[in-house]
Amino acid sequence: MLKGIGVISWEFLTEMPKDGMTSGGIFPAIVGTLLLVLGSMLVAFPIGIMSGICMSEYVKDGFIKRFVTVMTNNLAGIPSIVFGLFGMEFFVNELKWGDSIIAGSFTLGLLAIPIVIRITEESLKSVSKTFREASMALGATKLQTTYKVVLPIAMPNIVTGLILSLSRVSGETAPILFTVAAYFLPKLPNSIFDQVMALPYHLYVISTSGTNIEASRHMAYGTALVLIIIVLMFNLLANWLRKYLSRKVKMN
Amino acid sequence: MKTIFKKVISKFVEGLLMMSGTVTTLAVLFIVFYLFKESLGLFNMTPVEDSYSVLVNKNNPVKKLSAQQIKLVFDQEITNWKQLGGNDAEIELFRTEDISNYYSEDEIGKNFEHLAQRINEHIEKHRGIIAFVASEYEMKNAASVPLSVDKITLLELMKGKEWFPTAQPAAQFGVLPLLMGTLLVSLGAILLALPFGIAAAIYLAEIADTRFRNIAKPLIELLAGIPSVVFGFFGLVVIVPMVQQWFNLPVGETALAGSIVLGIMALPTIITVSEDALHNTPRSMKEASLALGANKWQTILRVVIPYSISGITTAVILGIGRAIGETMAVLMVTGNAAVIPHSILQPVRTIPATIAAELGEAPLEDYILKHCSF
Repeated sequence: MLKGIGVISWEFLTEMPKDGMTSGGIFPAIVGTLLLVLGSMLVAFPIGIMSGICMSEYVKDGFIKRFVTVMTNNLAGIPSIVFGLFGMEFFVNELKWGDSIIAGSFTLGLLAIPIVIRITEESLKSVSKTFREASMALGATKLQTTYKVVLPIAMPNIVTGLILSLSRVSGETAPILFTVAAYFLPKLPNSIFDQVMALPYHLYVISTSGTNIEASRHMAYGTALVLIIIVLMFNLLANWLRKYLSRKVKMN
Repeated sequence: MKTIFKKVISKFVEGLLMMSGTVTTLAVLFIVFYLFKESLGLFNMTPVEDSYSVLVNKNNPVKKLSAQQIKLVFDQEITNWKQLGGNDAEIELFRTEDISNYYSEDEIGKNFEHLAQRINEHIEKHRGIIAFVASEYEMKNAASVPLSVDKITLLELMKGKEWFPTAQPAAQFGVLPLLMGTLLVSLGAILLALPFGIAAAIYLAEIADTRFRNIAKPLIELLAGIPSVVFGFFGLVVIVPMVQQWFNLPVGETALAGSIVLGIMALPTIITVSEDALHNTPRSMKEASLALGANKWQTILRVVIPYSISGITTAVILGIGRAIGETMAVLMVTGNAAVIPHSILQPVRTIPATIAAELGEAPLEDYILKHCSF
């Protein structure tokens, strides 16, 4: 991976790919990855977090809760390629969205939802029961308890988990293979129904089936490095936020 | 007034929460049912493509063949109708493009307007013929009758040794080679990753000093976050040439390379989870063992490991789960040949890699693979 460092330059990061991807940069791929991450965030976070809250605070223990938990765990265990399959068949073909950012975002979002739900649930569960009882005893309603007491305490863990799920989403290749990724598209997308290039897919293509594999090898090293850096940045950000937020909560 | 407003808000938010919970559950159910429905559709399909049909002379007693028999016939491995339960006659193969060997261009017509008639004539003349033609050239109430082809059955799917979903005239759906490939690669990965993973976990939890542990553990967790496609690339440029050199192979893209890459990918999961399990052994148990005169090694082997064996098992299962479902890395390094592997030095193809590689070409067939993925 050290070989990638020599390739990275300002031009590499900001230019369009040229000459059948043997020179130029990977700017569209970076933009595409970020757009996909943003899109899947919009899909997965609201529904995932709310379901998590609902599951841990409102639904009573019993058959329904067990059933839903089993189903979400199942969903989390499905290989990512199967999500790609579903995304292609349903979002791309059935709903006629075509290969587009929105189809890819929904597919990646579905992939992230089980992770988000589990993280939210676990973090809420780890909040001590005494906090809830104290809040109830002071006359707060259930909603007030959840929003003003339980959520702030669980926040550091939730945020960390969310960012980690984003780092997973940004590295996934299989689901975007058939829902969004473009092979060679040296321009930026105009609408959410456009195809984009994405870093993981770009790396896959130029390392296995590019027009000139030997000549684009250095591009592949560079792409791999950029991808790793993005993922690591997410992870470090998560670590830092966890420390920062938990300190803040404790001070309150 | 204010309390009513508050009540409405809280009811509304609660409703919203319940609704999102319901939506998620429904979405999960929908995905599962959708995929199952689509995959069950496979069993209603015939292996011969819709727009083509297989024709025989109407006096031929053979009316029904399985996909595999058709393939053998067209590969000229079965050459006599007797082998298929018919009369003793040679099997003559015929495809649409062969018509020019028998009829001149004028007879067929400039825009192939007489093609159907000619094919019909040809089939009438030759008793032992089997013809594979486009359905539009098939005539009704003619001397040729379409051969009915057996539908795909679950048993055939599981037993079939050949995987050619785009083969003509009859597609072959045997998932056995894919299944064997997946199992072989995953097994190899676990065999490679397990000893290293557990050894590293024991070292980190019991032997290494705290400072090293505090540095090493976050690093290993970061390793778990690296995208699979990067591992695949690493395998392609480092491990594949290495395997090729070690064993003097014509190609390095083998099951072994896939196993090594998957093993590396499964390592972080195995290490972190089993290290957590080992670390959670109560201090009093270790101290009791030491107080009884056991040395450190005996304590680890007889007390710590048995105590945390359930956690270690979880780690192994999680590792296997990641290895079996992994697509991209495997797709890039295993060579993708859908044959039953005889050794780990042959190219194989796994189920997820097949979905990825063939999704574009073969629309419905791959759904069945999902069952296996479960």
